[in-house]
Amino acid sequence: MTAAGKRILGATLVAAIVCVAIGLYIGLYLTNVPGSAAATQTSTATHLYLATVPAAETTDPHPTWVSYYAVDSNSANWRHVTTYVLPANTLVQVTIFNYDGASALRNNWFGQPTGTVGGVISLDGKTTKGIDPDDASHVFSIPQIGLAVPLDGIPDNAKNPCGNAPCSLSYNHTTTTFTFRTPGKGLYRWQCFVPCAAGFIAGFGGPMQTVGYMDGFIKVV
Amino acid sequence: MSTSAGTMNTDGPRHWRNVVVLWLIANVIMLPIVIFVLGPGLPPGNGSVEASGQVTDNIVLLATATPVALMVLVYLGYALWAFREREPEAVLDGPPIRGDSSVQFWWLIVTTTLVLFLAGYGTVRLLADGSGGGQGPNPIAVPATPAGGKLVVQVVAQQWQFNYRFPGYGGVETNQIELPENTLIQFNVTSLDVIHSFWAYELGVKADANPGVNNVAYVTTKGPLTFHVRCAELCGVWHGYMFNSGQVVPKAQFAAWIAQQRVKFAPATKTLPPYSKTYFPQPLRRGG
Repeated sequence: MTAAGKRILGATLVAAIVCVAIGLYIGLYLTNVPGSAAATQTSTATHLYLATVPAAETTDPHPTWVSYYAVDSNSANWRHVTTYVLPANTLVQVTIFNYDGASALRNNWFGQPTGTVGGVISLDGKTTKGIDPDDASHVFSIPQIGLAVPLDGIPDNAKNPCGNAPCSLSYNHTTTTFTFRTPGKGLYRWQCFVPCAAGFIAGFGGPMQTVGYMDGFIKVV
Repeated sequence: MSTSAGTMNTDGPRHWRNVVVLWLIANVIMLPIVIFVLGPGLPPGNGSVEASGQVTDNIVLLATATPVALMVLVYLGYALWAFREREPEAVLDGPPIRGDSSVQFWWLIVTTTLVLFLAGYGTVRLLADGSGGGQGPNPIAVPATPAGGKLVVQVVAQQWQFNYRFPGYGGVETNQIELPENTLIQFNVTSLDVIHSFWAYELGVKADANPGVNNVAYVTTKGPLTFHVRCAELCGVWHGYMFNSGQVVPKAQFAAWIAQQRVKFAPATKTLPPYSKTYFPQPLRRGG
């Protein structure tokens, strides 16, 4: 093979490798989406069960970060996903098991639930129109549809607090239940409004600024 | 090329005259189009008195820039046509380019005049009514309060939502905003955490929301309107989603809406701190 031929062959090989690498990058980018959890459909209603913990699993890349999890109705089968798939224009009953303590709201306004059916929530079985803002642990909010639900924290002197996920119902927790109507099809974001990122300036960094912990998406289909 | 160069030199005045004539013709055609056709459609529209003022300002800016842009384009086009090489096979180096004190003099005069005019115009317009911008805690361009008074609306920014508080209505706070038509609105803009920017596009209002600062902006609404609110300051992971919309409605409709909000958010209102121009909330336990 002549020198010119070798150069052409080499250039062709390099170009092919670069093209394959770019194709792989684009392909992985388009197909590698975060996991999601779908609502549970029963004969009477659509349910979404979530849990919040003071610290993620010990095997998590950030085992000290506070986080939401998808769980089942018995606070079992924990999955670390924050994209939740819900049917459109449907009443969804959401239950959130909160194993975390209180951090207090930055804006007390979020102490009143908004966007829920009847403007109320059920806290440990009792219907209420709000919680003490100083006792708020987290907020589950979908700002685009005006939904905001405060979650009461466990007491500071709780006897059996859960450390890292997963947490069973035997640990101290509060249970908040509410119902809201999903909007039309689309991708909506949800977030917490309590500055709950322990160890970060004013509680705003880390899990508050990283999708997959205290925020995520609601995929309405 | 020496022939061409000689022609260029001897035809210099003719070229200048041609360029100026073409430039004048282009201005006669384009300025009315810019001012009367394109101008009224410039942002942000006529959703408020201040927004209309900004449309006028943008027309002035565009009309001022048009002759400058036309001079560049006309000169470029003329040079490409008049000084094109007619004998490509005889391409030689052209004559050396030397400075022209006359051109430099007029360049300085024209550009200085334009810049000073725009600086003066902008200053006068800002002093007139603030042009819808945030003026800090001690505004100097305060519109005269009309007979019906003004409506004070506090914009409370937080990662990542705008809330609105109405001190004249029991301090009720809402996550939506409605405003009465034909009313002077005083926005008191502040933040509970990081720096945000309250940008009500169709109203022509943009005011930074800084924690611990009361940034005042004025706007006088016109008729019914739907406007969009966006955060205009990169404020964190969900900055791109920090938006909502509001409405300017008839006064009676606003009265009904705000009364409804007072009832709806009565439980939250009880827990809010007294109305203040700024707030310094601190996480009580774990946060930070």
